[in-house]
Amino acid sequence: MEIYQRVVTTFLSQASKPPFDETGDRFAGARPKTRLKPPEAASLGHRSENALVRFENVGLRYGMGPEVVRDLNFSVAPQSFQFLTGPSGAGKTTLLRLMLLSLRPTRGTIHIFGKDARALKKDDLTALRRRIGVVFQDFRLLDHLTTYENVALPLRAMGRAESAYRAEVIELLRWVGLGDRMNASPPVLSGGEKQRAAIARALIVRPELLLADEPTGNVDPGLARRLLRLFVELHRLGTAVVIATHDLQLMDQFGFARRLVVGDGEVTIFDGVSS
Amino acid sequence: MNEPISDETLAHVAQTVLRRDMPLIPSGSIAGNALVVVIAIMTFLACLTAGGALLVARASEGWRSEVLRDITIQLMPRPGDDLDSLVAKAVSAASQAPGVDRVRAYSAVESEKLLEPWLGTGLDLSLLPIPRLIVVHMRDRTGGELPGLRALLARAVPQASLEDHRVWATRIGTMANAVVTLGAALFVLMIVAMATAIGFATRGAVAANREIIEVLHFVGASDAFIAREFETHFRRLGFRGALIGGLSAIGFFFGASTLSAWWSHSTGGEEIAALFGAFALAPTGYLGLVLVGAAVTLLTGYLSRTIVSRYLRGLL
Ligand SMILES: Nc1ncnc2c1ncn2[C@@H]1O[C@H](COP(=O)(O)OP(=O)(O)OP(=O)(O)O)[C@@H](O)[C@H]1O
Ligand SMILES: [Mg+2]
Repeated sequence: MEIYQRVVTTFLSQASKPPFDETGDRFAGARPKTRLKPPEAASLGHRSENALVRFENVGLRYGMGPEVVRDLNFSVAPQSFQFLTGPSGAGKTTLLRLMLLSLRPTRGTIHIFGKDARALKKDDLTALRRRIGVVFQDFRLLDHLTTYENVALPLRAMGRAESAYRAEVIELLRWVGLGDRMNASPPVLSGGEKQRAAIARALIVRPELLLADEPTGNVDPGLARRLLRLFVELHRLGTAVVIATHDLQLMDQFGFARRLVVGDGEVTIFDGVSS
Repeated sequence: MNEPISDETLAHVAQTVLRRDMPLIPSGSIAGNALVVVIAIMTFLACLTAGGALLVARASEGWRSEVLRDITIQLMPRPGDDLDSLVAKAVSAASQAPGVDRVRAYSAVESEKLLEPWLGTGLDLSLLPIPRLIVVHMRDRTGGELPGLRALLARAVPQASLEDHRVWATRIGTMANAVVTLGAALFVLMIVAMATAIGFATRGAVAANREIIEVLHFVGASDAFIAREFETHFRRLGFRGALIGGLSAIGFFFGASTLSAWWSHSTGGEEIAALFGAFALAPTGYLGLVLVGAAVTLLTGYLSRTIVSRYLRGLL
């Protein structure tokens, strides 16, 4: 808990630096030209022993259909930053759901936080999900709650008292630019506002692993870049980030990130350009 | 936009503007209101049954204790008897018997009066052999002193017969017990019907809120947490229903007792009073109704939590 407090404090003190300030674009100068390394060998994809997520020969089919993904071998290292990309329908959301354990693979093994997903019990699952933040492609905010309540939901689910997390939640809401929309409910929010609320809900617990599905799908390029900077900020504070997107331009602006490209049911990995 | 928030701002926001801690299961759905109505009706009926059974039990208890202390001596007139002197003899004999509290003889006129409802007024009854009645009021209801009284009486007035109403009282007791048993059975049936309705409503709410359950799981809520949210939701519905039903029942009994007190002098009022004991529920009876309401509230919450827990266990 103390560590958590400390991290949140760091997080919040970072928050008062302006992530929304266009002039504070610390990547502007270092923006790399797109120069991707050749694909990694499959065996290199999961070299890390303490990987947060490790896929081994994973395949998945929905019902009796064809395998949507097959022979996946890769891992997500702690404190790493990667994009998950590929054409629409390639299986990005499927892959994220596998990492979130909301889907069980039909073949192969998935290790999450070092544990075999198949051996997980209900309580383990709850504990693991508290270490993972998710931004869904369709947001999945609860319509009968306010924006504030939605963002506070993970903390409430952990059984924390409202008075204990109120300041934190308000601070984060202000940080993502929803300071004056705290009492609005999702149905009256704009697409971009919903997106930011969904992101804030994923960030509020300072997860070790952040999975975001098209988190910039509904916003203009400027806001997309600002939101992404939010993820980068989180990454700097120690969170491993996986962002599904097919916005090539956006990925190019964050060239240091690793890329997992899904296509034809397989994943090809490109390491980021080190800055 | 990013200047630090002052404590005053926070307090202000929290107290005046911020809506927070709304139930996670949306309240005020049509299905929820329907459940409140069902619970209210069922609670009302269950309270009526329970209260009615209590009234009958109490009335029969009071009635029997009176009846068992009263013993009737009957003197059949035989030709040539001086009935009045026989009555006097019987009265003095009964008065000397152990355990006797009071003795009262009905005069000839009073005896004829007793027949009036059947035979009508204006008849000359002096030609009919009308038996004379003596009511002996015993000090206790056990009937232990009866043989002594019987022996004394047999010596003094041989043709007198003694009626202790014991058969009658037993029959009334059996009837009252049957009514109470029936009431208990109806009560149980109503609770079972209510539990079934709550079960359906819970399963419906789980289906309607599947999306919410999924999101709660993803943000790290445990099954126990989700089940508790459902319990809170349903306990609230149960409370509303039980409150409406319970208060209606209390109002019903209160109104009925007031009305029957008002009516008790009219014909018919006495019969109802005999069966239900003036309709007045004892304070413990009202307490019982409150307990029924509380039990319904808890039952609603408990049932839905159990059902939701079982459903969640079946999920991934
Ligand atoms: N629940 C499901 N049942 C059956 N098929 C599914 C299901 N979900 C996804 N699919 C199929 O699996 C494939 C991959 O879907 P997925 O949603 O993972 O794609 P995606 O890469 O996220 O696409 P997009 O970029 O459009 O979001 C698609 O062909 C889709 O039709
Ligand atoms: Mg998708």
